[in-house]
Parts: sequence; C-alpha cells; structure tokens
Amino acid sequence: MNIVVLVKQVPDSGAERTLSASDNTVERASASNVINEMDEYAIEEALKIKEAHGGEVTVLTMGPAGATESIRKALSMGPDKAVHVTDDALHGSCAVATSKVLAAALGTLNADLIIAGAESTDGRVQVLPHMLAERLGIAALTGARKLTVDGSQLTVERQTDEGYEVVTAATPAVVSVWDTINEPRYPSFKGIMAAKKKPVQTLTLAELGVDAGEVGTAGATSAVIEFSKRPARSGGTKVTDEGDGGTQLVSYLTAEKFV
Amino acid sequence: MAEVLVVVEASASAGVKKVTLEMLTFARTLGTPSAVVLGEAGDITAKLAEFGAEKIYVAAGEDIDGYLVSPKATVLAALVQQVQPAAVLLGSTQEGKEIAGRLAVKLDNGLLTDAVAIDADGTATQAIFAGSALVKSKVTRGLPIVTIRPNSTTPSPAPAAGTVEQLTVSVSDADKLTKVVERVAEKKGSRPELTEASIVVSGGRGVASADNFKLVEELADLLGGAVGASRAAVDSGFYPHQFQVGQTGKTVSPQLYLALGISGAIQHRAGMQTSKTIVAVNKDPEAPIFELADYGVVGDLFKVVPQAADEIRKRK
Ligand SMILES: Cc1cc2nc3c(=O)[nH]c(=O)nc-3n(C[C@H](O)[C@H](O)[C@H](O)COP(=O)(O)OP(=O)(O)OC[C@H]3O[C@@H](n4cnc5c(N)ncnc54)[C@H](O)[C@@H]3O)c2cc1C
Ligand SMILES: Nc1ncnc2c1ncn2[C@@H]1O[C@H](COP(=O)(O)O)[C@@H](O)[C@H]1O
Repeated sequence: MNIVVLVKQVPDSGAERTLSASDNTVERASASNVINEMDEYAIEEALKIKEAHGGEVTVLTMGPAGATESIRKALSMGPDKAVHVTDDALHGSCAVATSKVLAAALGTLNADLIIAGAESTDGRVQVLPHMLAERLGIAALTGARKLTVDGSQLTVERQTDEGYEVVTAATPAVVSVWDTINEPRYPSFKGIMAAKKKPVQTLTLAELGVDAGEVGTAGATSAVIEFSKRPARSGGTKVTDEGDGGTQLVSYLTAEKFV
Repeated sequence: MAEVLVVVEASASAGVKKVTLEMLTFARTLGTPSAVVLGEAGDITAKLAEFGAEKIYVAAGEDIDGYLVSPKATVLAALVQQVQPAAVLLGSTQEGKEIAGRLAVKLDNGLLTDAVAIDADGTATQAIFAGSALVKSKVTRGLPIVTIRPNSTTPSPAPAAGTVEQLTVSVSDADKLTKVVERVAEKKGSRPELTEASIVVSGGRGVASADNFKLVEELADLLGGAVGASRAAVDSGFYPHQFQVGQTGKTVSPQLYLALGISGAIQHRAGMQTSKTIVAVNKDPEAPIFELADYGVVGDLFKVVPQAADEIRKRK
C-alpha cells in the first residue's frame, strides 16, 4: 500500500505563541517549532499498516524552509521518504489555499491511503482532511480512533460526542486520526541516523503548477484584522482546608448562585 | 433582509442543541435566520421557530443519513447558490467544521472556525492560542462561512414563522464514497453535553482511579453539570476520551468550571480558561491552576469533595 502521511510543523503549544506584528499571520520564524502532535499518531498508524501489509510511507509537508527539521524528525520514526512543498509565496496561506496546494502535491504521489492528524494545534480548524477529499474526489474517513485495513477496504471507528460511528470506504481515501488511535514510537538512534540519508524532495509552486496569486497572503480567503492578548486571569481567593474546606467551597458557590 | 443559513445541530437524545439557538440569536443581527436541518427534523421545528427561524429547510433521507458529511455539504452548497444568503453559520463541532470545509472548497470561499462572536458585517471574534489571545477576522472571498463555538452567547427567543420547506436531495456517487454502517451511543446518562453545559466538573490525575470518578460525577449531578477530565486522567483510563478537556480534547466555556485534582498545565488551560468562573481543589498550594482560579481550596479532594456534596444536599 502506498501511504502518504500529512505532517505539519507548528509552534509548540506548550510555549508562548503569537501572531507576527507585520501581517497578523502565525509567528513561525521565532517560535519553537515542533511536529503537530496529532500528526505523530498519523505517522505511527502509517508505519503499522506498512508493517502489516507492506508498501511505502511518504511524509508530505507544506511549510517554510525551516520545516525540514520536523520532516527529518518524522523520517526518524520510520517513513521511507518525504516531499516538502516550500515557496516564499506560501506565507500566510489560508486553509482553502493550503488544501489546493496539498491536493496538487498529492496528485503527483499516487497514494492509496492518505493519513492526517484530526486537527493542528495552531489553527485547530479541523478542515483539511475533508477539503482534500473534496478536491481529490476520494473518500474521507475522519476522526478515527481505530482503523482496520482489509485489502482495499477501510473501516474506521469515528469518535463522536455520543460515542462512535463505524464508517467504511474503499481506497483511495483520506483518514484523519485522534490521539486515541495508538501510541507513537520514539525514534531510535538507528532511525535518527537513517533519517539523515532518506530522500526529501522539495517542490515549488511552479513545479506543482499552482499560481502564486492563489495562495499566501495574496490569495487568502480570510484575514485577521485585529489581534489582542487577553488579559491574563489572576488568582482570586485561596483557602486552605482545615476541616471545613468543602463547606466553605459550597458557601462560595451559593454566594455566586451556582447552588 | 437577506437570509442567513443556520445549519442545525441536534441529537436524538437532547433535541436541538444549545449552539443552534445561539446561532439563531447571532443570525438575527446579520439578516433573517433560516434553519437548515440536514437529517430528520422530527419535532424540533417548533423550537427553531421560537428562536427566530423564519424558514426551516429540511433535507432528509437515506442519502443524507447513510454517508459521512459529503452529501450534507452538497445539499447545503446547492441551497446557498439558490438563496444567496448573507452568511452561513455552523456549529464548531467535528461535523460542523467538516461540512464548512467542504462548502468552502465547493464555493471557493473563505471560512472562519471557532468564533465566539459575530458582528453585523460578518466580522468574527475568535479565541486563539489556548484562549490567550483574541482576534477579529473576516472572510475576504465570498460570503461569511463561520462556525460558532457553543456557549458563546445567551440564546434569546424571537418567535418567527418557521415555515418548513423540504429540499430535494440530489447527490452524486462521489458523495457516497464513505458509508456509515453503524452509530454506537456510549452511555453517559442524563448529564448535559460537555461543550454546552453551564457547569463543568472535571477530574484529573489527583482523582487517582476510575472508581473514584464517582465523586466527580456525584458533584456534577448535584450541580446539574457535565463531567470533564484532564488528559492525564483519560490516559490513565479513569474516564473516556470524549470527555477530555484541553488542547487535544474539548474546549469548554461554562459559567462555572470546577477542577478537582488537576494541576492546570497549559494544554489543559487551552480548553477551559475562557470559563466565566473557575474553582479549583488541589492539595498542592503551588499548582498552576490556582493562578487562574477565582476560588481555590488547598486540600485533599477526597475530604473536600464529599463534604461539599453533603453540604449541597443539606442546602437543597
Ligand atoms: C501536545 C499536548 C497536548 C495535550 N493536550 C491536553 C489536553 O487536551 N488536556 C489536558 O488536560 N492535558 C493535555 N496535555 C497534558 C498536559 O500537559 C498535562 O500533562 C495534563 O493536563 C496533566 O493532567 P493533570 O492535571 O490531571 O495531572 P497532573 O499534572 O499530574 O496533576 C495532578 C494534580 O492533582 C493534585 N492532587 C493529587 N492528589 C490530590 C488529592 N488527593 N487532592 C487534591 N489534589 C490532588 C496534584 O497536586 C496535582 O496538581 C497535553 C500535552 C501535550 C504535550
Ligand atoms: N501545511 C501542512 N502540511 C502538511 N499537512 C498539513 C498542513 N496543514 C494541515 N495538515 C494536515 O491536516 C491535518 C488537520 O489540520 P487542520 O485542518 O489545519 O486542523 C493536520 O493534522 C495535518 O495532518
């Protein structure tokens, strides 16, 4: 099975994040950048399928030159190769444009199965997998907590608020995964060394045949017009339990009309 | 005034979800609200009319229910082309966002997700980066397609006609690629939906076992709230993942958030720090959760929580 995993580099959600003052896009240059956490689960799932059914795993990333760091890290987990779509004109791309570019790149890769994270931690938009399926005219099985591959038949347990749905489709398809699906492996020393030699193909917009005016800040379909930090919350009353902590708590809740 | 399409979120157990009524309330500032029901309407139309739906479009049948998302987006796109609405509002839920994403591609139109407010001109306010910043954004190509986060506003009734119009569902084979073969409800009793509840009581690693989560549930039930959990509690198997609050779980914005045995890591804050009032019980006086708690009790939750539960029973 020919598998492509979508991996996005994002600013670390555990560190301070901000928008760039010049154009209100996510500040990536000065941020501490990491692989979008959910995408590590996507990589793990791809590797497990390859181990069980054979095939090849390709990492696909659209992002600035600095994203190579995350690509090498992804490769150190075990994928065979990577494709990095990078072009200065991509800076500030909205989800609609990103899906256009990734769909064009996927068009060159002939994947049976495309695995993505359910959402990225920077935008948290959760839309890319369905956008790609829409553009490519293939099936989308999103929000997976379990994926079963039986020949060309895919079955997913899709996590919902009420429980789950069982959804099925034939390849080619896009699957997106939650962090409940597996436990990503740590790269081994051997993996890290091997990753340095794995092929990483870079592609520009021209090579993909996508017009620069349709992407980036120039082609964005939405814009941030105002940005402000929320005033940090500050702690209020703090009491130490001396035997009546529960009662005091309820007095507070009653005063605030919650009881 | 132009129509504003509100894609209805409803569930078999709870009927019309609160976020739908919030969207109808927001929609009135943008134009004339029309509700769009993608699935069986059942007996929810009265509620939709009560909250301002002048028209109620219904698209139902096996072609809608039997497949994942795609047919819904196709029907919605056709409706948008037919009525040329001023805006389309959807819930900021997994399915709401997925439909919005497909709609945006079909119409080559911008979209904004996770809005907590929307102005008359379609400008949306979004809380980003774990709720630490606010942005105002606009769709610059096409009409505003905006997903609204639950608990963003207080729904207010505004009775309208609620004229029902059945839509013909005409979808292609490409919309039927992903079949839904089973829908499984996992038990959660009669508690309110986590993202819509006005009170959420969450437990963390400090709760120490799945069995002990009964304490969290008991307090939630006494307060009429929903139960949430930190990732450490979920990863330890104390509580199911769909109740996880935070960066990789649900974002909640209730009137009251009670954190029991939760340290308050930045990824947990990501899902709850826009709550109106935050209360914490933690035995570590240095726990970061106290930095944002309006009221904090430093103490052992196994003593404080049962006492609080008894006290509430007494006062009732
Ligand atoms: C990319 C990423 C995404 C993440 N996403 C999420 C997410 O969505 N949601 C989330 O919650 N976390 C998330 N995390 C994890 C997060 O960083 C923390 O590890 C997690 O929130 C800790 O959970 P906790 O507070 O329950 O556990 P701990 O940090 O272990 O805290 C337990 C607390 O309980 C207190 N305690 C213990 N016993 C008692 C007692 N008897 N009485 C009172 N207090 C007691 C302790 O003092 C301590 O403060 C994410 C992490 C990463 C890296
Ligand atoms: N620039 C990108 N490059 C590669 N994959 C991406 C990119 N943006 C999003 N994705 C994939 O799409 C998933 C969902 O992202 P999003 O819709 O942005 O929340 C992510 O988890 C990634 O797998």
